[in-house]
Amino acid sequence: MAKIIIDAANCQGCALCIDSCATHAISISNGLAQVNMDLCVLCSICRDSCPFSAITLSEPETAADCSPAEGVLVFTEQHQGKLLSVAFELLGIGRVLADKKQSALIAVLFGASSRENAGELVAAGADRVLIITDSRFDHGIEADFTHPLYDIIEREKPEIVLIGATDFGRALAPWLAARLRTGLTADCTGLDIDQQTGLLQQTRPAFGGNLMAQIVCPKHRPQMATVRPKVMTESAMDYTRQGRIIELAPPSSIDITMEILQTLAVQKQAGISDAEIIVSAGKGIGSAKNLVYVHEFADLIGAEVGVSRPLVDMGWSEYSCQIGQTGSTVAPRLLIACGISGAIQHLAGISRAETIIAINSDPDAPIFSIAHYKVVGDCIEILQELIKNYKSAGRKEWQKL
Amino acid sequence: MKIIVCIKPVPSSNEVRLDPQNGTIIREGRESVINPFDEGALEQAIKLKETLGGEIVTVSMGIPDTARLLKDTLARGADQAFLFSDRRFAGADTLATAYTLSLGIKRLGDFDLIICGKMSIDGDTAQIGPELAQMLGIAYCCNISEVVDVGTTHIQCRRITDGRTQLVRLPLPALVTVGKRYDMLRFPSISGVRQSLAIPVENRNALDLQTDLDRIGLNGSPTRVIRTFVPQRAHGSTEIVGDANKQAEDICRIVDGVR
Repeated sequence: MAKIIIDAANCQGCALCIDSCATHAISISNGLAQVNMDLCVLCSICRDSCPFSAITLSEPETAADCSPAEGVLVFTEQHQGKLLSVAFELLGIGRVLADKKQSALIAVLFGASSRENAGELVAAGADRVLIITDSRFDHGIEADFTHPLYDIIEREKPEIVLIGATDFGRALAPWLAARLRTGLTADCTGLDIDQQTGLLQQTRPAFGGNLMAQIVCPKHRPQMATVRPKVMTESAMDYTRQGRIIELAPPSSIDITMEILQTLAVQKQAGISDAEIIVSAGKGIGSAKNLVYVHEFADLIGAEVGVSRPLVDMGWSEYSCQIGQTGSTVAPRLLIACGISGAIQHLAGISRAETIIAINSDPDAPIFSIAHYKVVGDCIEILQELIKNYKSAGRKEWQKL
Repeated sequence: MKIIVCIKPVPSSNEVRLDPQNGTIIREGRESVINPFDEGALEQAIKLKETLGGEIVTVSMGIPDTARLLKDTLARGADQAFLFSDRRFAGADTLATAYTLSLGIKRLGDFDLIICGKMSIDGDTAQIGPELAQMLGIAYCCNISEVVDVGTTHIQCRRITDGRTQLVRLPLPALVTVGKRYDMLRFPSISGVRQSLAIPVENRNALDLQTDLDRIGLNGSPTRVIRTFVPQRAHGSTEIVGDANKQAEDICRIVDGVR
């Protein structure tokens, strides 16, 4: 059975590994680390916490059961007849991986507009495009895609399968991985081929982005990953590229496992997720009535208002305004955080903001670790000054210039 | 109506930081709690039980300490709780975890609905729900905000998918994953706590579940974590000093630069 091994020659008894263990499985006895295997969940984080390389994860050798597989297959998603940009990002990284493996890049496309769009996929790097032209795939019901896509993967036996980490892709891919009984790495932000092993090296954030993990799938094929949108580079379009477009027969029947009764209009009502500028408020604003200043300032500069979780919990604000791991993830060009201390769950929701100005009275507030501009002071007093500034004629004229 | 809710223990905080002296990983909040998305799943189940009657069974795969969290679900409204715990389950990735849960759930008899949290806040994979649905051969829907209506053969839910809100209909039995935190899990009532004292958390090991040993734990996991590291967020920050008036002036300049 697999276990954690402490190398007595290297272990210094420094106890650093104890702090890295989430299940309290490690203790120090006679100057050496000891692991209680009844508590250990083999997460291997202790291995990476040891400065002396004294910790290893040992597992019994199992026979290689890797069936032959070749090629990189990417599932390209389209919506209302239009290919999503993540489809081109997958072709970009897929092309890089296929070239390193000296193998083919295969794109798969389902939907009524597949025939029109297939040429784009060749121009973006696909050697072969497998299409099913059928409007039944235009509803975006994951379950409709599972069986036809499974059949294609079984027939093609690709070494690598990439799917976009959209909501759709993240619901589709795990079903396929379970059916194929193979490994799946979620929401990857880095993909490469390991030069020594030839394996797909997958890098992904975990713990709300606080820890990065590198993951491989050594003995199962295909190696599957969902890939975070807007991370990989699209390859340049080359309309002189040659590729084969292969039309597959639509499935005779699709099991109806989900029906869409109604699609509500896409809520384009000023959502914080898409906002360019956000003014956010935390407990440090002191009281609910001080939110007035936050809203007034936001209105003056054309910003949306976001809040941290405690304000929603206290009933000061709506859940739809909540930023953080259990609320919305935002990526504005500018975020002005007022009285937000910066709990890690909140930081996970704002880490993609381009510029962060943080105002807080506590100079040691964790928010400052991620902020680009640190403003130590009373946020209400500063907000009042900001409002005064923007209301003053002088600034208005300055803006016109 | 019989509802199964899947529970994962997660660290009370998902904070991970580097020891500044030697660059090693320190995890904060090592006291485990119920994954917040699973709390939302349990609250959704309790609401359904209130209107439709029936029973709620909570299940989890974890170390023996997880029984503490399952006991808590009993106090809050679950009727039965099962912990799948075995040294041989250790090191499971999502595939091996879903397999273990599927075997455990198959032994609970007929059910109508499985509710999972959309994802855990430590792994962030959102894979267990769809993998479990495949293994059980049932319909599934990810990232629902609420169950709107439950009939004898079908269920209606509101789901959020890539910026659209949809009303969808699934045949029962089905599995749904609950997304954003629309519902806070209620606190245990005094009578709930009293009742839970009489209900044991039932343990099941690899043998009880008649598992294929090649499909559980690290052994049954196709993926391997070869390295973990804390991402460097290091970028210099500029301090804006002076009195409130001066600070506001400087902030205005930055805001105008962006607008």
